[in-house]
Amino acid sequence: MAEYLFLIYGDESALGNAAGEETNMIMKGHQEFGERNAAALRGGNALQPTATATSLRPDSGDGFTVTDGAFAETKEALGGYYLVEAPDLDAALAMAKQVPMPSGGVEVRPIRTFD
Amino acid sequence: MLAATVRVTGDIDVAEECVQDAYARALASWSSDGIPARPGAWLTTVARRRAVDVMRRVSTHGRALPLRVEPVTAPGPEDREPPEIIDDRLRLIFTCCHPAISTDAQVALTLRLLCGLTTAEVARAFLVSEATMAARITRAKKKISAARIPFRVPPVEDLPARIGAVLTVLHLLFSTGHTAPAGADLIRRDLVERSLDLARVLRALLPGDADVAGLLALILLTDARRAARLGDAGQLVLLSDQDRSCWDQDAIKEGISLLGVALQRRPPGRFALMAAIAAVHAQAPSWDATDWREILGLYDILVEIWPSPVVALNRAVAVGLAGGPAAGLAALDALGTEPLLATYSYHASARADFLRKLGRTGEARAAYEEALLLSENEIERGFLADRLHEMEAQHRAGGDGTNPGPSQPRAGRDA
Repeated sequence: MAEYLFLIYGDESALGNAAGEETNMIMKGHQEFGERNAAALRGGNALQPTATATSLRPDSGDGFTVTDGAFAETKEALGGYYLVEAPDLDAALAMAKQVPMPSGGVEVRPIRTFD
Repeated sequence: MLAATVRVTGDIDVAEECVQDAYARALASWSSDGIPARPGAWLTTVARRRAVDVMRRVSTHGRALPLRVEPVTAPGPEDREPPEIIDDRLRLIFTCCHPAISTDAQVALTLRLLCGLTTAEVARAFLVSEATMAARITRAKKKISAARIPFRVPPVEDLPARIGAVLTVLHLLFSTGHTAPAGADLIRRDLVERSLDLARVLRALLPGDADVAGLLALILLTDARRAARLGDAGQLVLLSDQDRSCWDQDAIKEGISLLGVALQRRPPGRFALMAAIAAVHAQAPSWDATDWREILGLYDILVEIWPSPVVALNRAVAVGLAGGPAAGLAALDALGTEPLLATYSYHASARADFLRKLGRTGEARAAYEEALLLSENEIERGFLADRLHEMEAQHRAGGDGTNPGPSQPRAGRDA
């Protein structure tokens, strides 16, 4: 067994403007995803919009530069994630296809293990 | 051999080491005990036993297998080649052609791992540098291992989505064997046979698939000419000069019947179109009696659905054969800006042929020299060198270039 992280990317402004009914559909989709894949799910969360993000970078001295916003400004931002367990990539991809993705898509990354 | 060993190790790099190890042992054992009756089976058995040892050691250290493998039975004394080994190759090709691997890397990986081509040979087939190809292969192998791309044939419901990549790779595998990109032999029989075997297995797996039927038809119809492609002295014999009575009529018959299946789908796929072109040649009683209009018509459709530089090149040659060398030359020169063709010897040799036909001897000589510089296949180089000598002899004999020699221009690729 291996673990994979599903990074859910989407258009935040579209999501922010979504009507209540559409938001409900997405919530319902995640609920169904959780029920269908309960055995494989190791974790997962939705994130607040990138407008709430704070980024740190080490400065040239021994301090940090603190900035308002996400690390990289992109049209499609990371909006949430799932951590799942799967026997191989095909199984992980089959599961990832069930994640609600009203805009954007899902990036599947294998979790690195160290001996 | 590598395919069978990967099934034990579940890791491509470890499998490659086991195979190299088996060759080293063969060198020691065979020089003292003689070569066994079935050297291939001997090597595979040794490589797989080594793999079992390695994996046992790895698993006692509690390390997880990096690649998921279907349950394996321990390797016994193996004297039979067929189904199991072909199944292993099929698994390996589906692994190499997984959609999670970039298309370029899929083909490269298959040629390297399934067919044992060197990185340099694969680079040549792709018209890229060896360093670029080495990086591409390493990256893909890392991904298979880290992301755990499974080593198995996909379930039936996923096959239609997965088959396209595999067919593309098999076609390139066949092309590489049909005219080896480099080396002393024109034809790499091992690669041709392997692509034919795998295409037959896929046909059995997906009997209703038009593209599978098209590819198998293409391989059969093209390979049917194999015996006629080399002369008594091992020299290259072009399609125009081949003894058509040497063509394999059984393969042609089977290819044409499969083409019927492939052409049932509308619009036809690229393999069906290429097979249809090969079928026109296969059914023509002679080079002169070939229906070039039909061939050009098929290329016109093919270049629409598959606008690759090499297809465009072959189409330009067909323009010249259907409409005369001046038209052919114009069509070839129109492709001159395509960067991928700039280092492709067939572009230069096809130009040379049309120039020779037009009596432009000096330019023809320069183009042959360019082709000679670009080709790394020794049989092809021999052909080009002969053609160059012929022209120089004519020149010395007082020919002013108005006699273009044999009446037909030669298609570069279509030997």
